[in-house]
Amino acid sequence: MEIDPFIFRLSIFILSIFIGYYVVWSVTPSLHTPLMSVTNAISSVIIVGAIVAALAGSAENVFSISSMFGFIAIILAAVNIFGGFLVTQRMLQMYKKKKGKKQ
Amino acid sequence: MISANLSAVFYLISGILFILALRGLSSPDTSRQGNYFGIAGMVIAIIVTFLSVGSFSASLVYVVIFLVIGGAIGAFIAFKIPMTAMPELVAGFHSLVGLAAVFVAIAAYLNPEAFNLGTIGNIKLASLIEMSIGAAVGAITFSGSIIAFLKLRGIMSGSPITFSGQHFVNLILGIAIFVLIFYLCKSQSDNIFWTLITISFLVGILLIIPIGGADMPVVISMLNSYSGWAAAGIGFTLENTALIITGALVGSSGAILSYIMCKAMNRSFISVILGGFGADSSSGNTKEKKDQKPVKSGNAEDAAFLMKNASSVIIVPGYGMAVAQAQHALREMVDKLKKNDIKVTYAIHPVAGRMPGHMNVLLAEANVPYDEVFELEDINNDFANSDVAFVIGANDVTNPVAKTDPKSPIFGMPVLDVEKCKSVLFVKRSLSPGYAGVDNELFYRDNTLMLFADAKKMTEDIVKNLD
Repeated sequence: MEIDPFIFRLSIFILSIFIGYYVVWSVTPSLHTPLMSVTNAISSVIIVGAIVAALAGSAENVFSISSMFGFIAIILAAVNIFGGFLVTQRMLQMYKKKKGKKQ
Repeated sequence: MISANLSAVFYLISGILFILALRGLSSPDTSRQGNYFGIAGMVIAIIVTFLSVGSFSASLVYVVIFLVIGGAIGAFIAFKIPMTAMPELVAGFHSLVGLAAVFVAIAAYLNPEAFNLGTIGNIKLASLIEMSIGAAVGAITFSGSIIAFLKLRGIMSGSPITFSGQHFVNLILGIAIFVLIFYLCKSQSDNIFWTLITISFLVGILLIIPIGGADMPVVISMLNSYSGWAAAGIGFTLENTALIITGALVGSSGAILSYIMCKAMNRSFISVILGGFGADSSSGNTKEKKDQKPVKSGNAEDAAFLMKNASSVIIVPGYGMAVAQAQHALREMVDKLKKNDIKVTYAIHPVAGRMPGHMNVLLAEANVPYDEVFELEDINNDFANSDVAFVIGANDVTNPVAKTDPKSPIFGMPVLDVEKCKSVLFVKRSLSPGYAGVDNELFYRDNTLMLFADAKKMTEDIVKNLD
C-alpha cells in the first residue's frame, strides 16, 4: 500500500518543529525582538498561496472574487515581508560591540 | 513553467534558508548574515511560485503592482518606526499575517480548482480540514493582534477587561469552532464557512481583552506562535513545503518565547491566558502601610554625587525608560560616568518592557555596546559587589517581596537582587505600585534613594550635575 503524501508533509512539519525548538533555544535573549520581527517576515511566505490565488483569474476576468482575496493577501503579506526584513535589518545594525576592540 | 518536483526542491531550499536565518540570531555577529539568508529564501519562494504557475496573463502585471504597493508600505513603515514602538509594530505585523492566512483560505475555498483541491462544493476532505484550521487560527491571530496593537499603542486601555462568565463564553465559542469545522466537512456549506471565520475573529478579541499591559510579552509571543500555526495550516492545504517548514519554525519559536516569558514571571501560561491579572488593585492594608513608612527621596544632585563616588554602577532599565524615551539621555550619563573610570553595566530582566528583548533593542539604539548588557542570571551575583544600582522605569522585577513573602502575587518570580547594592537609586514618578499591584518594599529600604521625576528629565539633570 502506498503512503499518503499527507504523511510525508506531516513528517516535514513535525521535524521542523523540532528544528525550530533547538534553533530558537540557541537564540541569544538580547536578540529576541529581532527574532520576533524576522519570524514575522518569514511567515509571510504565505504570499505564495496569495500569488497562486491571484493568478487563477482568467484573462477576461482578472478580478474574480477569489483572485481579489488573493490580491489583498498579496498586499498584506508584502507589507510584512518588506517591513519585517527591513526593520530586522535596522535593528541588527544597531547591535555593536565595544569600540575599544577596533582601536 | 517548471515541474512540480523541481519547484518542491526550491521550496525546500527556501525553507532551509529560513532555518539558517533563525540560526544566525544565536549571536549578534552572525545575525545580519542570517537576515540575508531569510531574504534569499523569500525571493526564491516568490520566484518559484511565479514560474510554477507559468501563465503569464494580465493577472501577472497586477500581482507585481500589488506586491510593489505592499512592499513600499512595508519599507516606509520599517524606516519610519521609532524603536520604542517596536512592540505594537510586531503586533500589527502579526495581524497582517493572520489576515493574509484567512484570505488565502477563503480564496482556496472559493476557487479550489486553482489549488488542485477538487471542485466547488466538492473539496477534498483533508484540504477542507486544513484550510478551515488555517482560516480559524489566522482569524484568531488577526483580531487578537489588533487588540494587542490597540493596547500597546494606548488607543485602548491596557488594563484587563473582564466580565462574568467570560471563560465560559470562550469555552463555548472554542467548542463551536470544532463543531462548525465538523459540519463544514459534512455539508461544504458556504454559510458554515463564513460563520466559522466570524466566530474565530470573535474568539481572538475575547481572548486578548482580559490580558493586561505587562503581560503583553506573553501575548505577543503567543500571537507570534499562532501566526506560525496558521501559516502551517495553509501550507498543508497548498501542499507547500516552504510554508509548512516556516509555519513549524515560527510556531515553535513563539511557543518557546511564551514559555520563557511565563517562566520569568513565575506564572503558568494558562493563568496568563485566562487574564485579569492586576485588575483588582491590591487590598487596602498595603496602601495603609505605605503611608506610614518613611521614604528617602533625593534630587539629581544627590544622585550625581553618589554615582561619582562609586566605582561600579549597574543600570536596571524597564518599561518606564521606553515610555519616557530616556535611553539616549541614559547613554549620555553612562558616558560621563565612564570618563570618571566608573565601571557601568546593564542588567535586563526577561520581562522588562512590553516584548521579549525590548530593552536590548532600545539600548542598542542608544549605541550601548551589547557586551555591556547582561541577562538576569549572568549579572544577579554582581549586585552585592556593586556600589550603585540605578533603576530606571523598572519596578516589579526588582521587588524583594518576590523572594520573601509567599503571600505576594509575585512570589517566586525571579527578580534582580538590586537591594544588595550599597545604594539604590530609583527613578520613578510616584510611589504607586507597579503592574502587579504590589507595593515595592525596595522603596522603604535604608539604602534606597527615590528620585521622583520623569525618567528622561531626571537622567538629563543628573548628566548636568555630573560635570
